[in-house]
Amino acid sequence: MAETKAMFIQVEVDPAAAGDAELAKKLAEVCPVSIFEADGEGKAAIVEENLDECVLCELCVEAAPPGQVRVTKLYSGETLSR
Amino acid sequence: MRFYEYEAKALLRKQGVRLPDGGTAEKPADAGKIARDIGGAVVLKSQVLSGGRMKAGGVKFADTPAEAETACAEILKLPIKDQMPVNVLVEAKAAVAKEYYLGVTFDGVAKLPVMIISDMGGIDIEEVAETHPEHIAKVHLSTLHPFSDYQAKEAVASLGITGGELNQLTRVLAQLVRTFLAYNLTLAEINPLGKLEDGSFVVLDCHLDMEEEARERHQKSVLDELGIGADEMRQGRPPTEFEKRGARVDNVDHRGVAGRVVEFEGNLGLVIGAGGGSLTIFDAVQRFGGKPANYCEIGGNPSVLKACELTKVILSKPGVDKIAVIMNVVSNTRVDIVARGVVKGVVESGFDPAEKIAVFRIPGAWEGEGFKLLEKYGVHYCDRTVSMSEAARRAVEKIAG
Amino acid sequence: MSILIDENTTFIIQGITGREAVNMTRECLDYGSKVVGGVTPGRGGRDVYGVPVYDTIKEIVAKERVDGSVITVPAPFTRDAAFEAIENGIKLLVIVTERVPRYEMAQVLELARLRGTRVIGPNCLGMISPGKSKMGGIGGPAANTKQAYKPGRIGVMSRSGGMTTEIANSLTAAGFGQSTAVSIGGDPLIGSTYAELMPLFEADDETDAIVIYTEPGGPMDAQLSLWVKENKSRLPIVAFMAGKFMDKMPGMRFGHAGTIVEGKADTAAEKLERLKEAGISVAEEISQIPDLVRERLS
Repeated sequence: MAETKAMFIQVEVDPAAAGDAELAKKLAEVCPVSIFEADGEGKAAIVEENLDECVLCELCVEAAPPGQVRVTKLYSGETLSR
Repeated sequence: MRFYEYEAKALLRKQGVRLPDGGTAEKPADAGKIARDIGGAVVLKSQVLSGGRMKAGGVKFADTPAEAETACAEILKLPIKDQMPVNVLVEAKAAVAKEYYLGVTFDGVAKLPVMIISDMGGIDIEEVAETHPEHIAKVHLSTLHPFSDYQAKEAVASLGITGGELNQLTRVLAQLVRTFLAYNLTLAEINPLGKLEDGSFVVLDCHLDMEEEARERHQKSVLDELGIGADEMRQGRPPTEFEKRGARVDNVDHRGVAGRVVEFEGNLGLVIGAGGGSLTIFDAVQRFGGKPANYCEIGGNPSVLKACELTKVILSKPGVDKIAVIMNVVSNTRVDIVARGVVKGVVESGFDPAEKIAVFRIPGAWEGEGFKLLEKYGVHYCDRTVSMSEAARRAVEKIAG
Repeated sequence: MSILIDENTTFIIQGITGREAVNMTRECLDYGSKVVGGVTPGRGGRDVYGVPVYDTIKEIVAKERVDGSVITVPAPFTRDAAFEAIENGIKLLVIVTERVPRYEMAQVLELARLRGTRVIGPNCLGMISPGKSKMGGIGGPAANTKQAYKPGRIGVMSRSGGMTTEIANSLTAAGFGQSTAVSIGGDPLIGSTYAELMPLFEADDETDAIVIYTEPGGPMDAQLSLWVKENKSRLPIVAFMAGKFMDKMPGMRFGHAGTIVEGKADTAAEKLERLKEAGISVAEEISQIPDLVRERLS
């Protein structure tokens, strides 16, 4: 579920985890700049136009099981994950 | 926010202040009609937001309705300090025997409102204060205890005024204080207040300023009635199209500030930050011979979108060759977020950040992340070891080629 | 020493649960400030980074010594918050809030004078005695604050919060630490002007010189010039004025609410003249400040 429209930030949610309605809700809640939303089926979806607003707080990374949400800085190639 | 004279007079009238008969004319025929209704000599005054109308030819007298129409037509065509009048105030000409100055404002040293009265009205009060201090009385007002008319009376009496004149002046001064208090004014001035040959008093000219911070609370009750929109700027001159677009950027979301754009005729666009920082940078650019295309302010924690939109507005101004991005050491604003916004704005405008951004000097919070990003786009950036003025100098040097 | 605050100063934060106030609380705690409580009506019983939140100041002063309060509540509630602090015996207020109507601020300052309370601000970032305590958002996160501010012997006063840090940073880089730096606020009516803080610096035996940042508009610089002349101050002063370009643009407001040229006395040119007359050194740019300080101290 990689997004390429944004210039600076890419966020990936593991496809298996994205289907978890509980996780989708949690991600939407913790992100201070509304990068996540739960779509019609309760799946975690990325709001593309908000990606570049990411403040690198890592709250989404912390909220998901290890390795399932990855935030990549496209300008340095560095990835935030756990 | 400064009121036009006719609006200020409408506010005074609400407090019971006596004004000359008259009205506003949008076209010469209106002036003729008002003059006929008055049935005597009239004075016609250009309605602009600056002083010095008399010198500029914006005030004329007419004895007949026909003369009033001619005078009105001339005033409507005459710009005063680059401003065209919104209309012409036509009032009965008064036979004035003596002029007074009455004012209420804040004293920044005493930190209280102060009433000022002088029996030498009609001229600049600062000048009277210098040359004839004995003709001015100043009395401070408490903001915790209620205002009472005797305070105005004491101010008037301290100039040696007595008899019927004391009572009449006390009434007008108290009405002026009540106007000041009712509308959150920062300045309420009647200058001059004319004493007519029949002994009555009438407001000849006045100047009221409402505090920007308080406009919202008076919008529905007063400003709507006067036809003053919430977005009307009312600064020293009307806003340009470019400035209006800058103001819209600041309203895209509530995060931080990115706006307060003021247009200048130059080729170096400025994306600069905070109140004091922006003033410092603007001066520095001019000192090194640079020609700023604009002034602006970024503060708080603006979103990437806001910084991006502001950059785009500045780059869209004809004649802007490059932009300089400079701020003081930031603690609240994030360097990386501003860097993202500016780079994005440049790219979305179809330019190369490395070429278009003359210099990027914002040290402080999240600078490491910001500098990484700028490096990737090849932008010339500097940290806190480079002063704001040195950064301004580099930008000016680059744009000069 | 230092002025106004030191390592023993205890203070509370009014509006502590607000977005910016939460950040500020953490920054102050990280820097070592003694934040003993916070107030947000209706949120009593919670805590913010371990700082207990109360509904009223009365509850806090009943059990703690409270030297000061930082007010961060929105503008419509600022007057009430300040009255609550003053009437509960707090003697030092930092009002961070911007856009408080002038009349309401005059009311706060009048009550403060009656009760002997010192007010810093409004529309300011607070103050810092480096190495001891900071009260307000001045300098930002503790790590950034420590980079820009170092303990030392220069007093700083500034109408711009951001420029307080910029100036401290240039002093620090040149080897001059600061005794206390105060962001006095950018409004036309402020609790403590340069001249009103001078006696405190004058009495502080660890302050050797003063640096001020100023702007066009307002009577504060003239007041300072007068104070310096009348009191034969022992402290050399270096001043920097931003906004010289505004002299040609009367009636336009730039930067802070108090920064507007309304009359001749408001212009940068006039003010600089008065400062120089009083023996105050004027820096053309920030980077000259440390050299001028060195020159005046030798």
